[in-house]
Amino acid sequence: MKHSDVDVVVIGGGHAGCEAAAASARLGARTILVTLKRDGIGVMSCNPAIGGLGKGHLVREIDALDGVMGRIADLAGIQFRLLNRRKGPAVQGPRAQADRKIYRTEMLAELEATPNLQIVEGEVVDFRMDGVRVSGVVLADGAAIDAGSVVLTTGTFLRGVIHIGDQTKPGGRMGDKPSVRLAERMDSFGLRMGRLKTGTPPRLDGRTIDWSVLEQQPGDAEPVLFSFLSKTVSAKQIACGITYTNERTHEIIRENLGRSAMYSGNIEGVGPRYCPSIEDKVVRFAEKTSHQIFLEPEGVDDHTVYPNGISTSLPVDVQEDYVHSVRGLENSVILQPGYAIEYDYVDPRSLNLQLGVKSVPGLFLAGQINGTTGYEEAAAQGMVAGLNAAKSAMDQDPVEFGRTDSYIGVMVDDLTSRGVTEPYRMFTSRAEFRLSLRADNADQRLTPLGMEIGCIRPARQAEFQAKMEQLGFGKDVLTAKAYTPQELSVAGIKASNDGSKRTLFDVLSFPDVTMAEVQALEPEVSALAPEIRQQLATDALYAKYIERQLRDVDALKKDEHEAIPDDFDFNALVGLSNELKAKLVQFRPTNLAQAGRVEGMTPAALTLILARIRKAKTDARRLQA
Amino acid sequence: MDTIFALATAPGKAGVAIVRLSGPSAWTAIEDLCGSVPPLRVASLRQVRGSGGVLDEALVLVFDAGASFTGEQVAELQLHGSTAVVAAVLTELSGLAGLRQAEAGEFTRRALENGRLDLAQVEGLADLIDAETEAQRRQAQRVLAGELGAKAAGWRKDLIRAAALLEATIDFADEDVPVDVTPEVRDLLSGVSASLAAEVAGVGIAERVRTGFEVAIVGAPNVGKSTLLNALAGREAAITSDIAGTTRDVIEVRMDLGGLPVTVLDTAGVRDTLDPVEAIGVQRAKDRALSADLRIFLVEEGDAPPFDWLEGDLVVVSKSDVVGSGDGRISSRTGEGLDWLVGSVRTRLEGLAAGSGVATRHRHRLAMERSLERLAVAVDLVERGSDGVELAAEEIRSAVRALESLIGLVDVESLLDDIFSSFCIGK
Repeated sequence: MKHSDVDVVVIGGGHAGCEAAAASARLGARTILVTLKRDGIGVMSCNPAIGGLGKGHLVREIDALDGVMGRIADLAGIQFRLLNRRKGPAVQGPRAQADRKIYRTEMLAELEATPNLQIVEGEVVDFRMDGVRVSGVVLADGAAIDAGSVVLTTGTFLRGVIHIGDQTKPGGRMGDKPSVRLAERMDSFGLRMGRLKTGTPPRLDGRTIDWSVLEQQPGDAEPVLFSFLSKTVSAKQIACGITYTNERTHEIIRENLGRSAMYSGNIEGVGPRYCPSIEDKVVRFAEKTSHQIFLEPEGVDDHTVYPNGISTSLPVDVQEDYVHSVRGLENSVILQPGYAIEYDYVDPRSLNLQLGVKSVPGLFLAGQINGTTGYEEAAAQGMVAGLNAAKSAMDQDPVEFGRTDSYIGVMVDDLTSRGVTEPYRMFTSRAEFRLSLRADNADQRLTPLGMEIGCIRPARQAEFQAKMEQLGFGKDVLTAKAYTPQELSVAGIKASNDGSKRTLFDVLSFPDVTMAEVQALEPEVSALAPEIRQQLATDALYAKYIERQLRDVDALKKDEHEAIPDDFDFNALVGLSNELKAKLVQFRPTNLAQAGRVEGMTPAALTLILARIRKAKTDARRLQA
Repeated sequence: MDTIFALATAPGKAGVAIVRLSGPSAWTAIEDLCGSVPPLRVASLRQVRGSGGVLDEALVLVFDAGASFTGEQVAELQLHGSTAVVAAVLTELSGLAGLRQAEAGEFTRRALENGRLDLAQVEGLADLIDAETEAQRRQAQRVLAGELGAKAAGWRKDLIRAAALLEATIDFADEDVPVDVTPEVRDLLSGVSASLAAEVAGVGIAERVRTGFEVAIVGAPNVGKSTLLNALAGREAAITSDIAGTTRDVIEVRMDLGGLPVTVLDTAGVRDTLDPVEAIGVQRAKDRALSADLRIFLVEEGDAPPFDWLEGDLVVVSKSDVVGSGDGRISSRTGEGLDWLVGSVRTRLEGLAAGSGVATRHRHRLAMERSLERLAVAVDLVERGSDGVELAAEEIRSAVRALESLIGLVDVESLLDDIFSSFCIGK
């Protein structure tokens, strides 16, 4: 084992970098986080909100693994809303407006207080190489840090270019410089790269907005927090404003389309379809005469307001004109103009399920560099990369997530098997097993795994175990006795008279049955803590569906566990069409489940691949013997 | 783990047809159908009973897990080799809990996973893949070309739309999307259900009359295609005359060819033509011929087939009574070479067992029935309103997955495409 200064170096202090560094340090790996500026840690460069649908699920999963994002977001949250409150719990997503400054300072404090973690200010300009292996980093001042593994989280900094109208300048984020030298080193690895685009709206001075004429959107009366450990909100709570674009706004935009960076052909990167610029909205949905704008305050003692819904790459004077055409914003002052940013990403199909670069041992990638968008997506990848960078540096077994256990697994699998065509964002519809992958049970799904791999600290372990005991007890209470339809009807519960007896847990899956009715039959239920009762009701609601999916889950898990070695020669497969071979070579599936999703794949062809994997294993064993 | 089953012998009329089962419910399935499970490895005579009474008398053999060719519990039903009996038994099996038809190569895969396959057997998989790929191509072509293709495309479009509407209200709840999509989703789902139900009702009849392979006779005008068809069928099925281009449409005649149920297609003569009506006929002939299981290219001595043949197709020289006899030459008039031709067709069709004939249609019907069940539940849930929306979406997903062999893969990207093109998402 060669000597290294540290186990893991994490490059970048954004959401991916923070989570990666914290995860690595929690595993006991000596970790250094290198960031351009200490105050750049935990900066929200886009909208000041965390969570949402699919995204809130990711935050809960990060928290279940004892990560940082959920707890910090709870501290910084100034407006909490549970999205889809009136729909089923499987598709409910916690979301919060966050105070930018609190988030930043609390994140920095958290990382500074994390054992095994050191923060270093500096610019990484190159990697140290040991053959094809990355073995450390070189800083701009010439200093070198040797490390067992390196996590690279460059966000939009890889060859970042900012566009405002016809003006362009290099930069990773407004006011920061891009990482060009590092980009050149990345080039030398010969990875397939692509270019993506994202945009932001102009930021407004809240003191110049006429709030009195605007609709208000308050937070929930009973806030739902992110972390399983958080009990109450901490920051002062505020409301957001809502206003709308109008015909006049659209006219201004249409008249100046030629001056938009996107419409003048200056931008080659692909932007996300679910986050179009206001130019795009006006062009693509020309029949709509108005679009919603959410006015989101960036903090309790910050006047900056983020007008969500009007991101743009129009020139500054046009931005001023169209903003002023909107009700309530007539006299508003733009503090920072909106801009579009283009940046390089690495085709995530070059990565394995640990987010390690297949062809460059020791190097892990997380966040926007992998073609994703969103703080939550970045942080979740940071978790995966950080855990695995640490495991790899300490010579321990890797940690992999699957489509059947988490949204994290869904995302990593989507990225590494399908690549991206636009910035990848999580939606609940991406998770085929979303009825079991819920925000409410993220701890039940992932905390035991976290305990196994060693990233859960004692306080959370204790709290989790206590909760599981209560849940176990509650489940026993609900399943102790089976009732006949007659017995149930006494409590006003209608069950079909088919002669079968049902437990109270079964009964809770009926659409109209409430906990109150169940309590009438079994008084012991009322002794359970309210949150335990709620959890049991939710578990019961989906129990039948989850049981039905079990066979699919098992089949998928089995295929996910059948790893295809990185050096597997798809070309040597006799019997496959050249077309299918070419696709396999291009996508390099990392397990049998991924291979099964390659277009044109047939069950027999999968069997052939499996046969070859088995043969390779047998040969390897023979060679050893 | 599912228990899988499949017809292990070539389809068609034969002395014996063997249906194999493998998996944890293999024996209980035998118990359900035959009343009892015979002793291990002892061929025992049993009556096979279905919901409609006795289906057949069969020899039944069972093997224990760990001592079978897949490593799982295995059972074999040796039935009388009639298409009707086989179809009835397959239908009965698919109605049992935990059982489903095997995919091509699936028995082999289980054997492999359980370490019951040696490497020489693994080499044989390559042939299986060739056969399966070809069968799939042909099957897909037939579905697409036929009336079912147009219907399947409609189902696909409507199901994607319905799912997309529900997903839009779920994943983009705080965006500018319609709040109540119930009426549109309900109409879409009910429409697809009605169409599927009609198709299922029709498939039963189609299955009885159309079970079997398709063989197309292809050739230049007046080379003697219709005469060959008539000679094979033993009756004047197609109008034959000496005027080129008599058969402008495709004529189908079902017959028993060497024990196999075969539909022989007599296609229009393939030649370059200026007559627009004939040109349509020629194109139709080509398309139809390509979707058949096998093509017999009938040529005059010295001529090449009118378009490229696929591997396994037969090229036959006609009118041997005029041009002289020899290998690969036939005469529909004297009957010379016809036995050889029928034998060759049979050999080739037997090689195409996987994924064709009974199994395919059987599979399609099951897919539609499963899909219908899920759609019925989905409609109920949609009516219930927004608190069951994620369950309704799940039922639609199941319905779509069941139909995958007919309508193609529908993944989340298909839904997102629909959502992003219909709604202005992005606040």
